[in-house]
Amino acid sequence: MQWETVIGLEVHVQLATQSKIFSGASTAFGAEPNTQACAIDLGLPGVLPVLNEGAVAMAVQFGLAIDAEIPETSLFERKNYFYPDLPKGYQTSQMAQPIVGRGEVEIVLDDDVRKRVRIHHAHLEEDAGKSLHEDFHGMSGIDLNRAGTPLLEIVSEPDMRSAKEAVAYIRALHAIVTYLGISDGNMAEGSMRCDVNVSVRPKGQETLGTRAEIKNVNSFRFVERAIEFEVERQIEVIEDGGKVVQETRLYDPDQDETRSMRTKEEANDYRYFPCPDLLPVMLDSAYIEHQRSTLPELPTEKRNRFETRLGLSAYDAGVLSSTRPMAEYFEAVLVVCGDAKQAANWVQGELSAHLNRENIDISNSPVTPEQLGGLISRVLDDTINGKAAKQVFAALWNNEGQSADEIIDTRGLKQVTDTGAIEAMIDQVIANSPVQVAQYRDAAPEKRGKMIGYFVGQVMKASRGTANPQQVNGLLKQKLDEA
Amino acid sequence: MHHMTLTELARGLEAGDFSSRELTTSLLDRIERLDGDINSFVTVTRDQALTAADAADQARAKGESRPLTGLPLAIKDIFCTQGIRTSCGSKMLDNFQAPYNATVVEKLQAAGMISLGKTNMDEFAMGSSNENSFYGPVKNPWDRTAVPGGSSGGSAAAIAAGLAPAALGTDTGGSIRQPAAFCGITGLKPTYGRVSRYGMVAFASSLDQGGPMARSAEDCAHLLGAIAGHDLRDSTSVARVVPDYLAELDAPLDGLKIGLPKEYFGDGLDAEVESAIREAIRVYESLGAKVCEVSLPHTHLAVPAYYVIAPAEASSNLSRYDGVRFGHRCENPVDLEDLYKRSRAEGFGDEVKRRILIGTHTLSEGFFDAYYRKAQQVRRLIRQDFLDAFEEVDVLMGPAAPTPAFDLGAKKDPVSMYLQDIYTIAINLAGIPGISVPAGFAGKRPTEGRPIGLQILGQHFAEGQLLNVAHKFQQATDWHRRHPTDQETT
Repeated sequence: MQWETVIGLEVHVQLATQSKIFSGASTAFGAEPNTQACAIDLGLPGVLPVLNEGAVAMAVQFGLAIDAEIPETSLFERKNYFYPDLPKGYQTSQMAQPIVGRGEVEIVLDDDVRKRVRIHHAHLEEDAGKSLHEDFHGMSGIDLNRAGTPLLEIVSEPDMRSAKEAVAYIRALHAIVTYLGISDGNMAEGSMRCDVNVSVRPKGQETLGTRAEIKNVNSFRFVERAIEFEVERQIEVIEDGGKVVQETRLYDPDQDETRSMRTKEEANDYRYFPCPDLLPVMLDSAYIEHQRSTLPELPTEKRNRFETRLGLSAYDAGVLSSTRPMAEYFEAVLVVCGDAKQAANWVQGELSAHLNRENIDISNSPVTPEQLGGLISRVLDDTINGKAAKQVFAALWNNEGQSADEIIDTRGLKQVTDTGAIEAMIDQVIANSPVQVAQYRDAAPEKRGKMIGYFVGQVMKASRGTANPQQVNGLLKQKLDEA
Repeated sequence: MHHMTLTELARGLEAGDFSSRELTTSLLDRIERLDGDINSFVTVTRDQALTAADAADQARAKGESRPLTGLPLAIKDIFCTQGIRTSCGSKMLDNFQAPYNATVVEKLQAAGMISLGKTNMDEFAMGSSNENSFYGPVKNPWDRTAVPGGSSGGSAAAIAAGLAPAALGTDTGGSIRQPAAFCGITGLKPTYGRVSRYGMVAFASSLDQGGPMARSAEDCAHLLGAIAGHDLRDSTSVARVVPDYLAELDAPLDGLKIGLPKEYFGDGLDAEVESAIREAIRVYESLGAKVCEVSLPHTHLAVPAYYVIAPAEASSNLSRYDGVRFGHRCENPVDLEDLYKRSRAEGFGDEVKRRILIGTHTLSEGFFDAYYRKAQQVRRLIRQDFLDAFEEVDVLMGPAAPTPAFDLGAKKDPVSMYLQDIYTIAINLAGIPGISVPAGFAGKRPTEGRPIGLQILGQHFAEGQLLNVAHKFQQATDWHRRHPTDQETT
């Protein structure tokens, strides 16, 4: 039997507000346990939540970025359940009237195939704290620093058909939220967490199979692995004559498997009802238009523009638009040098190689885009040749000069294009290499192409790399062949 | 001195008849002497009160006093007070000290007032008799065999017994007005959103409202002016200018249109209460008011709607009492579930458990539409009833409670207790303000009888008008000046 995989995702994005969604406590990551939890985060008696307007603005910006409806009124509700790291015994969330309605995200698959994933809605909610089960001698520790951190939960339709599509979708969301600057997108610190709904059905069948929800998968790779494991598991269950149970499962990256957490029968009745401590959020069109005016160019638009307007390949456009810092670096280089293809090659080539080797983020690159653009300009106007350019780049990387021009000057890397000067060097090389000259001249014309390399090398050496290689080549041929 | 109004005490302080320290000491001594039996205070903060009194006397000496400087009051134990236990009448919070003050407590401190201590109440403000307190019932100072009403029964009894000239109360379904009526004092429930709820332990968030309880409408006007106003820490508090409530007090009532909701004078209304209310209405007619009958057709739905909405919100609000971070925690829990179950089973009293169960049920899957959603629809109809009535009249009047204070232990059946609030509950659902003022006594001789309260209702944010209407009545009558004798309270 041929099986089809159906995947829907709930992605929790931690919003990059300074303070929590309903209190003034800091959201910074990594502080000592329980030092960033105020009376409101602790759920002490009598305290009240006050909505952080920054979180609303960020949610609206996301909605606009995915062309979603932004309802005039949205509502906070309480999701009631008991858990030690949930201080109030309820999570303030949104359910019936979320802040972002239906929208769409474009994902890019292999061979530049595009697909649209529908977004059911996105809603604002507060994060819970963390339960720590180790090092407490049979008890659990509770850290409420994270309690009250604003989350945007983005709920997709079950539109994905493979683990690769699911990963492409998460990458697309990651690009959108980081482009918008509404999240740092740091998956290792939990800034993006995914709940993956997976089911399988016989190919061609309309109705959906019973799904399992895999909770809290925290990296692109784990999402892929968890789905692949789960799909195989479900197919095996069905092919062995069993039935997939609707349940919540956990992905264990160490064992590379998913395990059952709780079945539907054990599920909570969350008793949602409107939170009486918070007013409905009312957004007028002026507010929404204002938020729209703050939006940057988004990854898909950028990618398309790089391809169509700058003439880059689909691959180059994809890489260069993959993150906002990368795209901004590339565009800043382009502004200086004016040649998109050269800028693309240098950013993806020499620069990326250096960055990767030293594990530096492009936004902290020791070579500024202005410096790199200046360097490329000197290549384009033939001031230096490619070999010298690499030397200049290395010098810039090591902070051995302010600009390409300065380094070219101080190191005398300016390309020699004066025919007379090059001819003089060639004559010298020919005079010093009688044996090689004789061999060359004895050789059949088709073999001479290879042999000329020796002379080019000698001339370049004599010029300390500054001679224009094309000129050297042409003149050498003339002189060696003329006898 | 023990039965003087705040206004009179302020005059005495200003004239130098007594100092704030003398006044405060005298009340603290009196609490010590008399409150053992009445049980109106849960916590008396003698040291803090005397320190604050000295500071007030110094401020006065330096000419830096304001109208409320140096005046004592009591605070219902539902308001958080920094470093002083806030028990909410519950074993659950018997060990709880908030690290912050409620906004209203902060405001009263800033106005120079002195807190004598925290008053007894029904546990988590759930009750109409003050018999649901972990700290034992409060007795009615007028008759020790009667309840003081609830849930702000401690606040009302302390004022009636001459232990405090004023107090803060809260009103979710009548918890200021009904005890005010039962204890023969004046109590105002402001418009929802007029007074910050920050630091007030939540019972039913969409209904809870703090307000003043005192010996006169004029005193309530002083206190409301001090505690009202927008609070950035409470999103449901309303950004609206606080008027000068004292300026409106003496406005004449000529032409005032009073509506008597016919539903408030039907079956179940005690005859003595009705006659006292009718007599009060005649006083208003003599002051130039016009009286007519109006109808609030959905009145009969108020108690059922309330007992869906309030428990629903309460079931969620009280989930934070789980034994994990503060409050009562059971001994030696074997696991998490045991910790939850026993901490809550031991920490909460029966009425609180009953309401948590009701609220949890009405919010459950499959019941939400039939109960919670329907109740919210009813709530809108009830609100509309009032808006329609205020198209025709300026204020509504009726009894604050269907009977005078009943005997301690008399109401064993929860529903009969819930029906105590039949005239007060709709006001919370509609969010409008209401005031209860003393209007007579049931029983033959006034000083041996049990007090009766007249309830006056106004439009949203019409507290100024309510206080004016109540004040004019108190200028024409002396019910509010009566108090039980000390013989009767010993």
